[in-house]
Amino acid sequence: MANENQKKPQNSNPQNLRFQQRFYNWLDLRVGIDSLLHEALDEPIPGGARWAYVFGSVLLFLFISQTITGIVLALYYVPSADHAHTTVAYIVKEVTGGSFLRSLHAYGSSAVVIVLLLHLTQTYLYGAYKGRRELLWISGCVLLALMLAMAFTGYLLPWDQKAYFATTVGTNMAADVPFIGTWLKRFMRGGNEMGTLTISRFFVAHVFLLPAALIGFVAMHVYLFRKAGAAGPPSADPIKPELPTQRFYPRQVVMDTVVALVMILILGGLAHFAPFELGPRANPADTQYIPRPEWYYLPIFQWLKYWRGPYAIFGIVIIPAITALLLVCVPFIDRRLERRPWRRPIAVGVFLFILACFVAMGLMSARDDRRDPSIAAQVTKQREATEQFMREPFQPETGASSISAPAVTVIDPLAAAGKKVYESEACDACHGENGVGTSAGPKLSGATAQKSAEELARLLRHPTAKMIEGEMKPVDVSDDDLKVLVAYIKSLK
Amino acid sequence: MNEADYSGSADKVAPEPVSRRSFLGVLLGFGTVVMGAALSVPLIRFALHPLLTKTTDIGWSEVGKIDEFASLTAPLKKLITVEQRDGWRKIVSEKAIYVLPMKDGVLRVLSPICPHLGCSIPWVDAKHQFICPCHTAIFTLDGVRVSGPAPRPMDNLESKIDNGTLKVRYQYFRQLIPTKEALS
Repeated sequence: MANENQKKPQNSNPQNLRFQQRFYNWLDLRVGIDSLLHEALDEPIPGGARWAYVFGSVLLFLFISQTITGIVLALYYVPSADHAHTTVAYIVKEVTGGSFLRSLHAYGSSAVVIVLLLHLTQTYLYGAYKGRRELLWISGCVLLALMLAMAFTGYLLPWDQKAYFATTVGTNMAADVPFIGTWLKRFMRGGNEMGTLTISRFFVAHVFLLPAALIGFVAMHVYLFRKAGAAGPPSADPIKPELPTQRFYPRQVVMDTVVALVMILILGGLAHFAPFELGPRANPADTQYIPRPEWYYLPIFQWLKYWRGPYAIFGIVIIPAITALLLVCVPFIDRRLERRPWRRPIAVGVFLFILACFVAMGLMSARDDRRDPSIAAQVTKQREATEQFMREPFQPETGASSISAPAVTVIDPLAAAGKKVYESEACDACHGENGVGTSAGPKLSGATAQKSAEELARLLRHPTAKMIEGEMKPVDVSDDDLKVLVAYIKSLK
Repeated sequence: MNEADYSGSADKVAPEPVSRRSFLGVLLGFGTVVMGAALSVPLIRFALHPLLTKTTDIGWSEVGKIDEFASLTAPLKKLITVEQRDGWRKIVSEKAIYVLPMKDGVLRVLSPICPHLGCSIPWVDAKHQFICPCHTAIFTLDGVRVSGPAPRPMDNLESKIDNGTLKVRYQYFRQLIPTKEALS
């Protein structure tokens, strides 16, 4: 074959060739890099590379980008109601490149949703779920749900007004689930109210549980895709596409990379020129605030407006559940091997109808808000509050946890006399004010102070070998002074 | 598997010549490395933020009214509160300092931290000396070294008198070296 050797390093210099060849062979014998590369890059694509196939790779790329930016954001973020907003403000306003990276992460989540929809649409229109690809399709549906859950849980973490109120509404909706609704809502919130436990739960889901599930399902999705093989253009048979093939590398890899590059440029440009904003800290007492979800949840938000009273359960639970189930069952319902969209008018018609409904409801939601003058005014006010907050310099939090010696008032006169000995003998130099301990000596309050008077007196006169090793010196005072010193130490418990 | 070299197809795809495949490989590899390097710059700067930014100046802490120190005969231990930035929070901690008896109309403030290994040095009134309890470094009333392992005198803290109030700028200094060098 013409390109049999293309994977082997090539160089006109024979000296180099020999070295590179030897290194490659050395690596191959230990890692099996040759078959790995073959497996990764030589995937045959029936009908050749196309721009329509780039979305899966771009999603993988975005997932990696979200993971990396997410990990570094965790360097400064603290998941608690007390500190979450301060730490995000610190990231945005003070940390070098903080606003940029947070914007990449926040805009990245929107990009994931957009590319997911494109990937889903392409797969559906091309009928690429057909021909023994049911599990591949279902794992994709699970990934869609997991990604939407990532977006929902991540949204709360900055703990600004928008995050707080949107999540309040989001978790309230869970209460409409039959039988377990109330319990489910309390489970998500970690109580009846939104609070610090809610942040912890959302953080654990966003950072540990969902990413772990995502990695597992991404691996499964890629494996099942490779097992079934690329489906190729809609004209091809989904099981035996009798079309000439082209390898994944290089043409498809180049196309994927070009789109990923465009993605980076768009996200980087947005993050640089229009940084993602942080609003004022959540104020649960605010009764004026009008919460609006992120744009990709707007259609659902609008949809829910139409369902009130006893029928709400249809709108909130039953119809969405049926739609989700239909989506998951698509490969079982549409079992013909015909893939060309114009030969599948019903399947394509239903899909496009639902898609159009989503877009229309999103637009209607935006239009409703613009038309209602009171809402428009409040939304403008919220916008201004956010801009105002972004202009203010960062305010560090004044910690209640500042280190200072507890103000112990010594009532016992014996102990009061002992405190003088404690200070004149410079015990406080190592054991700190009131025996709180320092880096040079252990604390005396607590366990030590609970020892018997006899034992304390003996230890002061004759420190143990371990104490001497820690620079403790035998206390050289009169017996009376020793007695009051022991009384003082005992008063520290 | 009939890999890249198929023939006679109506499809527009064609096998890639070897040179183009390796050229694209180099281009892709190079592009990935350049993009990766460009993207890792903000990541690294973000992670190194605490090292790259100068810590904000430590402010002045109030010690007390100067009248209080006018007639001192021995060093007076005072506790001051120091406000510091700790990442995204501000902490207030209590530190001990010594105000020395006035000399030539000047009030001096000493850090109680031993320049040897960092123990807190008490003023021993009975012996009229500073005696470090750890390795018995001894200093005079002025903080001048008398004996012991300390490599330099006790450290002077920057102080000023503002509207009749003595103020001090608390700092830590590097231990075990003969010159005073502030830790930022």
